[in-house]
Amino acid sequence: METRIANIAFVAFVAFVTHPAPVNASPRQKWTENSIIFQSIMNIKMTKTTQSTAQLLVTCMVDAIYPQVGTAVKSILNKNGCEMKFPPQQTCCAQPAFNAGFLKQARAIARHTIDVFTNTAGPVVVPSGSCTDMIVHHYPELLKSDPVYSLKAKKLSERTFEFTQFLVDKLGLTNIGANYNGRATYHPCCHGLRNLNLVRQPSTLLDNVKDLEQVALPCAEDCCGFGGLFSLRMSEISGAMLDKKLNHVEESGANVLIAGDVGCIMHMKGGLRRRGSNIQVKHIAEILNDCH
Amino acid sequence: MTATELSFYDRISDALANPEGQLAIAAGARAKHMNRASAMAEFPNMEITRERARHIRARTLSQLDYFLAQFADNVESLGGHVFWAKDAKECNRYINEIARAQDVQLVAKAKSMLTEEISLNESLQASGINVVETDLGEFIVQLSGDKPSHIIAPILHMTRQQVGNVFKEKLNVPFSDDPATLNAVVRAHMREIFLKADMGISGVNFGVAESGALCLVTNEGNGRLISTTPRIHVAVMGMERLVPTLVDLSTMLQLLARSATGQKLSVYSNVLCGPRRENESDGPEELHIVILDNGRSQILGTSLAEILYCIRCGACLNACPVFHSIGGHAYGSVYSGPVGSVLSPLLFGDSWNLLPHASTLCGACKEVCPVDIDLPGLLLKLRAKESEKGESPLWMRLGQWIYAVTTCNPILFGLALRTGQLISRILANEGWFTKLPGPLQGWSAQRDFPALAQSSFRQMWDKSSKG
Ligand code: SF4
Repeated sequence: METRIANIAFVAFVAFVTHPAPVNASPRQKWTENSIIFQSIMNIKMTKTTQSTAQLLVTCMVDAIYPQVGTAVKSILNKNGCEMKFPPQQTCCAQPAFNAGFLKQARAIARHTIDVFTNTAGPVVVPSGSCTDMIVHHYPELLKSDPVYSLKAKKLSERTFEFTQFLVDKLGLTNIGANYNGRATYHPCCHGLRNLNLVRQPSTLLDNVKDLEQVALPCAEDCCGFGGLFSLRMSEISGAMLDKKLNHVEESGANVLIAGDVGCIMHMKGGLRRRGSNIQVKHIAEILNDCH
Repeated sequence: MTATELSFYDRISDALANPEGQLAIAAGARAKHMNRASAMAEFPNMEITRERARHIRARTLSQLDYFLAQFADNVESLGGHVFWAKDAKECNRYINEIARAQDVQLVAKAKSMLTEEISLNESLQASGINVVETDLGEFIVQLSGDKPSHIIAPILHMTRQQVGNVFKEKLNVPFSDDPATLNAVVRAHMREIFLKADMGISGVNFGVAESGALCLVTNEGNGRLISTTPRIHVAVMGMERLVPTLVDLSTMLQLLARSATGQKLSVYSNVLCGPRRENESDGPEELHIVILDNGRSQILGTSLAEILYCIRCGACLNACPVFHSIGGHAYGSVYSGPVGSVLSPLLFGDSWNLLPHASTLCGACKEVCPVDIDLPGLLLKLRAKESEKGESPLWMRLGQWIYAVTTCNPILFGLALRTGQLISRILANEGWFTKLPGPLQGWSAQRDFPALAQSSFRQMWDKSSKG
């Protein structure tokens, strides 16, 4: 035990010395740098206590429209030593109600989701940045004055991870042996990017995909204009934002667009189809699951 | 302030139908956004300063009564007059009264969104007073009978050519779209105004409670001129625009210019203490500070009070992809962009309740706000307030009810999936819908909608775990 602590301390020291955050780093960079140190420490721990069971919160849109994304997540995690469970009572994370301001409805759905996952084992993995953000940040806030659910919400939020976050930060994986032939560009979906800081995780994973040529997406951090019900209620603005995003995607020269949220994928894919474009749109799990 | 005749949706359509204006707006806002990013990147300890700034604002607002009293006392002991205005009417009446009593003919104004909020110009002009905007952008807005489209850059929506045309038409000068030439025209025109004006009117960027000083920030020096040359200086200040000390002011100034334009400091940052004293060579004979509430005290102490931290830097507008797409005018309010979507319903009432829905909650605004206001969170709270009052459209209320009942019950959810699959099987074409009915129309106007997968993930899971 003592030697392990000494090892951890040593690695932390080395990581600190070799990875000082640049003086002029942006907060996001600094955060990233610091978390690399943190991960180096965590990885050692992780390899000793590998997660054996994880719960898949597949999200309603993957369930209904893009089931192949759920299958990809399952098979990637299976290959990496995780047994995946799918609690069949799960439905939706409540974002459509929450984002529209219907808090009563949002609370009811949040309670349902909490009930579904409360008595399950291991971490909860979600192939979506915005649904993860909902559970991790908004469930505890939404239910903070609920005598029964406030604690349960907090507990669930602590064991819920976005898919790439889970792979890189929890399992310590950076290269999962994927192989994808294409010229790709990556759109960082807003909630994952800004609320979960998903920068390093997807980029590390994609960097290690064999044969994947990556090209930069101009103005990558601009929102695609989906915004859930926003795309219906403010459809004209949403369409104008989508247009700009797709112009940038076409400018990038990529033949495959990768993102981490199927909501945005559905939006951009629908827009590209309307344009008659051949650019494919894929969830990052689909790329990572390709191993021919 | 009331909503203009056109509905928000009409204004959006109008804005989107004007690609030239939209390009100018998007390019201008993005340039400011990028300048901000590089200024912040080379600013050491940016995050700490930002945190400190937020703390200063929070502290000021939590003891606003104390700081306001301290500020007013200090202004008076410096020889200034303080007037507390409950609303636009009181404020405009007071300024009109001073103007009448002092026989003011010409007013030189520095840029101030607060005076836009209360339509001060219109009120003075109605009493026959000549009001001239001295900020270049505001001057052009005034010449062309337009409205500012951005809280910092009033003519963000105009191209150089359009400005040249306005000058040609209104000032009878030969057409030019060269900024230096246009500047020279205005300079010549303005000098006279500065010297002739009887009264200068400005807003206030910050009032310093400990000393009763006013801080005015401009890039053109017009703030300095209108607050020192005319006999009377009237400064209109929103009641929340205080900082406790000069040290706090320095923190705020470090962030204000960087956030607004990417400058380290604005070209002119003036700290003005009272009217002209004996033996002083410049300064107004009279200084009036109007401290205006106009709805702000109603926000104080509520869960939305954070919006009062705002220092009107405009960074959230420049970062906002919705603002990039529709520009400031489409919002219809003096305050546009994310901050405007929060402020307008709070200050001007329920007729502005649609504005908080004009956001994807992407969070770009929160990321750049120098006082870290949780703008997406405030937008959500406003949406919740609206739906609590039952003011959402019927299709939305109905839809949300059905949605909640379905998602709280896995059996119904499974049924809904199967229904969706059935509809998809019958109506979708090659896996896509190209035309959708009712409230979904907007989607299919510009993008296709995917059919549901013929086997949902849960069905696949069931099959594979059985098989
Ligand atoms: S809300 Fe923040 S970013 Fe927007 S204008 Fe105010 S201070 Fe600036």
